[in-house]
Amino acid sequence: MTVIEVAGLRKAYGKRVAVRDVSFTVEESEIFGLLGPNGAGKTTTVECVAGLRVPDGGRVRVFGHDPRRERTAVTARLGVQLQASEVQPNLRVREALRLYASFYPDPADPDELLELLGLTGQADVRFAKLSGGQRQRLSIALALIGRPTVAILDELTTGLDPAARRDTWELITAVRERGVTILLVTHFMAEAERLCDRVAVIDAGQVVACDSPAALTARLDAGQRIRFVPSEPVDERELAGLPGVESASRHGEEILVVGAGETLSVLVTHLAHRGVLAHRLRVEQPSLDDAYLALTAHASSRSTS
Amino acid sequence: MTSSLVPSPGRHPFRELVRVEALLFGRSAAGVVWTALIPLAAVVVLGAVPATRHPSDSFDGRSPLETWLPVLMMYEFLMTAANLLPAVLAGYRERGILRRLSTTPVPPSRLLGAQALIYLALATALDATMLAIAVGCGVPLPGQFAGFVLTLALVAAAMLGIGLVLAALAPGEKAANALGLVVFFPLLFFAGMWIPRSRMPHVLRDISDVTPLGAGARAVQDCLDGRWPAAAALLVLAAYAVVCGVVAARRFRWQ
Repeated sequence: MTVIEVAGLRKAYGKRVAVRDVSFTVEESEIFGLLGPNGAGKTTTVECVAGLRVPDGGRVRVFGHDPRRERTAVTARLGVQLQASEVQPNLRVREALRLYASFYPDPADPDELLELLGLTGQADVRFAKLSGGQRQRLSIALALIGRPTVAILDELTTGLDPAARRDTWELITAVRERGVTILLVTHFMAEAERLCDRVAVIDAGQVVACDSPAALTARLDAGQRIRFVPSEPVDERELAGLPGVESASRHGEEILVVGAGETLSVLVTHLAHRGVLAHRLRVEQPSLDDAYLALTAHASSRSTS
Repeated sequence: MTSSLVPSPGRHPFRELVRVEALLFGRSAAGVVWTALIPLAAVVVLGAVPATRHPSDSFDGRSPLETWLPVLMMYEFLMTAANLLPAVLAGYRERGILRRLSTTPVPPSRLLGAQALIYLALATALDATMLAIAVGCGVPLPGQFAGFVLTLALVAAAMLGIGLVLAALAPGEKAANALGLVVFFPLLFFAGMWIPRSRMPHVLRDISDVTPLGAGARAVQDCLDGRWPAAAALLVLAAYAVVCGVVAARRFRWQ
């Protein structure tokens, strides 16, 4: 079932077009990522989904409702964690959760959420005294307090240290296991690769690709990159002539061979035949990082030409 | 304090907002000092010192306490509705608190309503306390009491209107505080805080007549003299309330 539908979304601030043409759908129980460089239009897109901004064009539906005109139907089931949204500075953590719990018809237990987010020790601390990571976790808790069916999480691990980021990822996975659909905005590839079932890559206000992280990576033509140090000198030109190998080059004592999927077995067979051992052998697969860079570089060169 | 926070899930979100915002007001030392402690201390001092309790020729036969009591009562609405309220609301907008509320089933206008309710109730309660203290010190109740209550209600509406305009125009908490001070001293001056209206030169008193607290002071004076307040003074107050209300409604932004 489709829970969020965005079609042909367009939004400009004065003359600056933030979102040119964005379309995607988020299905029930998935973690859907919006990926893109800063200023690509990700936040504007989710703000339109959350009903905070009026789109200039296109269609936004959450549970089939217009998030601005049918506000009550959407807000009760949509939890939103936004960038730079604070809480009253002198409000204590537990008080904030209880206040927001009173807004919803069937809220989660504030103390249980505090436990889940590791904020039990800060329950009586005022918002102004919380660290960045604790504020971020409270923000996530407030997005979940109404037992939403869908949660929008915007840049939720930005500014967190690596350990806190890892904890947050585990938390998101736990939240999904409760059946919550998640729309995740991020510019961290590792986060998208680890958490998302599907991602839409947005660049310059447009969706340039939308698929699973694995499929996006597989789309890259770039094959394997194999590095090794031969036990005896080998001629790299000879390696370059092997079937499937695109190029072979020497970098100091190390040899780099680039080629299609079968390159590794061809290379190893060849070296074995010669009686040469490959020391410190490393095979690099293209990552979502590479796919993302290729996609966004492609889009920006297209838009400037 | 936390023990008083019994959660009431899914019910009375507005009541929860009022309770939490009242709690937060109690935690802001400056707000408590300027709205409650200082004016109450002023009334107690004026009432306790025999020299200020008795009629004086320099105040047209009134005691200094009788002269300043109405100004202090109007001051309450100026302080809460036109100073604290805009700073809090502009700060909440600046910090994205109103934006966060916009994503919940409770619209941010409820927070504005809760704030206005708390401040007006607080000012009213403090005014009643000050009046009670003054009466206890021998100040007679205003001869035209109904007119007096109506005047204060209009003063409250005018101050709320001005406060909402400031909240709409100020980009943030600091700007709202600065704007609050810009209106604070002139309004109090024309209300007769430093020179009683009866001793103002004609030009100043004419200007004072068209300022909200000057008009308020004029109407209060009428009530003290036992007359129904001048229609012009009441109209000035009502005009401030309506015009400011319209401007605020057009210019106010939630994010």
